[in-house]
Formats: sequence, C-alpha cells, structure tokens
Amino acid sequence: MLKIDKETCIGCGACEDNCPFGAIAVEDGVAVVNDQCTLCGTCVDHCEAGALVIEDAGGERSDLGAYSGVWVYAEYRNGGLAPVGKELLGAGRALADARGVELAAVLLGHDTGDAAADLVAHGADKVYVADDRAFAHFRDDVYAATLEGLIRRHKPEIVLAGATAMGRSFIPTVATALGAGLTADCTALDIDGDGQLLQTRPAFGGNIMATIVCPDTRPQMATVRPMVMKALEPDHGRRGDIVRLDAASLNLESKIKVVASVISEAEKVNLNEADVIVAGGRGVESEKGFALIRELAEALGGAVAASRAAVDAGWISYPYQVGQTGKTVAPKLYICCGISGAIQHLVGMQSAETIVAINKDPDAPIFDVATYGIVGDLFEVLPKLIDRIKARRP
Amino acid sequence: MKIIACVKQVPDAKNVRLDPKTNTLSREGVESIMNPYDRHALEEAVRLKEEVGGTVTALSMGPPQAEDMLREAIACGADEAVLVSDRAFAGSDTLATTYTLARAIDHVGGADLVLCGKQAIDGDTAQVGPGLAVRLGFAFASCVRKISGITDGRLYAERMMDDGHDELEMPLPALLTVVKEINEPRVPSLKGKMRARKAAVTVLSAADIQADAACLGLSGSPTKVARVFAPEPRGERVMLAGSVDEMVDQLVEKLEAVL
Repeated sequence: MLKIDKETCIGCGACEDNCPFGAIAVEDGVAVVNDQCTLCGTCVDHCEAGALVIEDAGGERSDLGAYSGVWVYAEYRNGGLAPVGKELLGAGRALADARGVELAAVLLGHDTGDAAADLVAHGADKVYVADDRAFAHFRDDVYAATLEGLIRRHKPEIVLAGATAMGRSFIPTVATALGAGLTADCTALDIDGDGQLLQTRPAFGGNIMATIVCPDTRPQMATVRPMVMKALEPDHGRRGDIVRLDAASLNLESKIKVVASVISEAEKVNLNEADVIVAGGRGVESEKGFALIRELAEALGGAVAASRAAVDAGWISYPYQVGQTGKTVAPKLYICCGISGAIQHLVGMQSAETIVAINKDPDAPIFDVATYGIVGDLFEVLPKLIDRIKARRP
Repeated sequence: MKIIACVKQVPDAKNVRLDPKTNTLSREGVESIMNPYDRHALEEAVRLKEEVGGTVTALSMGPPQAEDMLREAIACGADEAVLVSDRAFAGSDTLATTYTLARAIDHVGGADLVLCGKQAIDGDTAQVGPGLAVRLGFAFASCVRKISGITDGRLYAERMMDDGHDELEMPLPALLTVVKEINEPRVPSLKGKMRARKAAVTVLSAADIQADAACLGLSGSPTKVARVFAPEPRGERVMLAGSVDEMVDQLVEKLEAVL
C-alpha cells in the first residue's frame, strides 16, 4: 500500500512527474494514487516533503478469490497467429476445465481477419480482440499497456503466453507492472486443488528442472515454450464470445518508433517451432559441407541448426546456433552430424524427444545423449540417408 | 552520457548438477563467471562511451564474491563498479531483483542508458531486463543486435525477432537487452587489469538504497520454488552396427515412428 499523508503533502507534483505508471496525481493540492500503482517506490524517493510511504506489500496478496479464469495471449504477427497460441489454448482448456472456469484468449494485432474465430475453434470461450493500426508493429509498451489494462479489469487467475521473441520481451513488463509472479519457458503446467499453477521449467541449461508456484499473488503468469503443448483439433462449430475492444479506450501511446520491420527468410530461423532439426558441427568441415545438412533437413521437412564450432568457423550464421549461448530447442527429432557433444551444445538440445548422432569418433560425448548412434563418416552416411528418406517421401 | 551495464555472476552452467541424494545444487568445483550475455552488454557500454563520451558503471546484485567479477568489468573498461549485496536479498525472484536494481540505479543517480544481457545462463528467464525497464520507466527493447547511433537524445537500434529484425528509434533514457551478435567482447588490457586491482568497488546494502523490506528477497518474490529435480534420464541409447548401408537402413526403420 502506498500511504499518502495529506497533512504533509505540499502538492508539488514531483510524484506525478516521476511516476512511471501514471499512478499518482495531484488533485486539489494533494497527491492521490490510483490502481495503476505497482509500489515501485519512485514517488516515495522523489517526495521531498516525506509525505509518501509504502506499507507492507502483502496487503494486496490476500484477495486471491477475486481472480477467475484462464487467459492465453494469442500472438499475432505478420498476418497470422503464432502456432504457440493454439497450443496454449489446448493446455489452457485443460486448466480451465479443471478449475471450472472460462478460457479466454487475448488477440492484439492489425487486420486480424477471422483469427478470433480460429481461436474459438481451438478452445477459447471468449476472445478479447484489439485490432488497430497501433498493433501493426510490435512495440513492447503498447502491447504491454493493453494486456495489463485487460488483466486489471477482468482479473484472470492464470495468464499464459508463448516464450517467443515477442512474448519473452513484453510479458515480463506486464508482470512487473502488475507485481505478478511470472515463470519463464515452462515445459509443463499442472494445477493443484487450490488452483495453484504448477509451472515446471528447466534451469541451468536443462541440467535441472524446477517447479515454480505463486502461492500469494494473482494472476499466475507463465511463458511456455513453443511445441511443448498440444493444440486441440479445431472445431469450427464451437461457439465463443468475441469481444472487440474500442481502440479509443486503450492507451496506445508509445516511446518506441518502429522505423522498419524486416521479415527475412535468411533470419527466419524459427528453430523453436521445428519438429525436426538437422544440426552440423565441426565435423561438417566447411560451408559446402552444410549443403548436405540442408539437403537432409529439406528431405525431412525440418530446419537446419549448428553447434558453436560451426558458427565460429563462419560456415553458418549465429541465428542457427543451438546451445548455451545460442538457442534452446526441443524438437521431436534432432539429428547431430559431426557434433562432438560439448555440454554447451547438449544443454540446448537434450530435451529433444529423439536424438540421432552421427560421428566418426566412437567416444564422442554426443553418443551419451543419443537415442540412436551411428559411428561413421557423415560424408558417407548422409548421402545414403538422404536417398533413403527421399525414397520414402516421394 | 551515463551508461550502466548490469552484470551477473553465474555458475558456469556446464558444471551444475543436482545431487541425486540431497536434491540440492551441487556446485562443487564449479567456477563462477560473468554471465556471457552481460559481457556483451558491458562491451557495448564501453564502446558507446568511447564513441560518444560519458561513463560506464558496472552494476551487479549478488553475494560479496561478485566483487571479483566487477573488478573484471573494470578491467574490461568500466569506469566504476557497484555491488548491491545484502542478506535481505536472498531468495529474490526476478520481480524482487528488478526492484532492488531499480533502487540501486536510483541511488547512484539514475542513467541515460542501461544495458543488460538478454538473459543469464543460470536462470535463463530473460525477465530482469524488461522488468527493470518498467521499474525505471525507461524506453525498452529486447534482443538488440546493433545500436546504430545515439543523437540528440534518441537512440537507434536493431532488435532480433523470430522472423527477421526491427529497426527502432526511441528516446533516452532507455534500457536495452543485448544478444551475442552485437559485438565481440575485448580481452582486458594490462592497463585495465592494473586499474581493476586498485579500483574500489562500491558496495551498497538494502539500507543504503533505502529499500522497502517487503519488496526484497523472499517476501518480495511472488514466485517460489516448490520442487527441484533432475530431468528424466534419457532412454537407453542404441548404437547401430554394420555397414553404412545397413546402419542407414536400421536408422530409417527406427525413425519410422517419428517421421
């Protein structure tokens, strides 16, 4: 609680000028706080009269019962819904049913067409849609203010979002503004009898798993890795409530100007969403060697990745790097070619369902995590493997 | 321009394991390092200072031992180093951490630009940078791979997205989180090392930064760790044998279920 001593307040407005959230204003010569306050303490520091004090932050924590419903932030980018939003509706449906509450999706974008109906088909009971030019480009502050405002108004008990570039960027700003607990990159979600969300995530590069809870605060917020949860089969007969928000009612002010938004096939290395990944390492020996890796990936309908050694050698660019200082992936199938299996690489891919390792060195540590291992020269193995795969997929 | 680079001391992730008997983190023989992404944030701060002038403060929240890492930051070009360290911070999640860092930044007089690594390799949450930006009320962008320029109080940057990149313009003060692509961190110079040895690291307590106890450590952290466990061991591996053709045949057969 922010307490304002009305006798001491001199109405100077320093609190109002410095509040990052627009949560405090001078009215009739005295400071008044509104419910945007996150207890960040900025006003207290700027108050020269000493009229402001933050009292025990626990006050807000007791009223858990006021929060109800499960929400999914359904990412919409470049004219389409990100698959992870539908996956989260699948997971969210189970959580909402377990709680006996509503499942809602939040859709922010421009020219979203029938995306809202698609979300209903994938399990949403309700979709809040803010469709405006202001959402045409991703700006953290605009997206955050809109989602934060909706959460404050409707008080969901759980808010899920995809752990994508966008989600990992602005969801933490929403959680901070709300003073809510947020767990990043969950790989499993469950709920206990008290409505407590059990959020399981890897830490220390996947060497350790931790289950995180938020016992005293609502909403419980989590970002979830793409490709972990399962989307429901779309049912286009499902009925849902589509609530279109009036842009005039939203705070669309932004500090950020998107000068250009470049969608690039070369940079579109969405390893997070690939079912199959073929990765090359030092053993690939050259940029040319990666042609084989690409060919196998193409034959499998998968994506290409690399170890740090291959990136550092300049054979392939950094966005393809998997491992401790690159991306973390969890595809159904990960084929490592000429990768020795340094732990820095393993931590980025050991959550893959099936791992195939092809390496000349029988003692390479990659074989310790492999489901299937082939000791051999990748330049002999891959062409044959490519032929066989192509033969089975005309 | 006053630049603050946030740096975290982390255990070298490759050596961290869960002790199967005690279910606690076994950090025996585990080296502490500067979080690799933060190294890039620090380097970018130093480069900007060299380009447009100003000062670089390396800021860390952590145990007293983190002072070693802050000396390394000075050796790498930071002008000064500040460590916020207090037992009251124990158990901080990212919300309590951003509160503490924001108070510390305020205590040292604020900043024009705060740079953070994209994420730390121990927790991997990527939440502290964004949260800190909100606390400070700064313009914010994450995963920045290039700062193209700073002129007339405006900053131009490129941020990576899943499907490309965005070119952004924003006012200062700003907070950016950076990715590895942004630069190649320098190796400390001999002169830098000498300076680091003599430099004083400012250590701030919870009282120094006038922190509200309710917002610190465990009591300021809405998330709690309910359980820590080792990931399920991977199934038995199968080493395929025979000629290359035979091995490829077996593999394709095994993969039938997956494909």
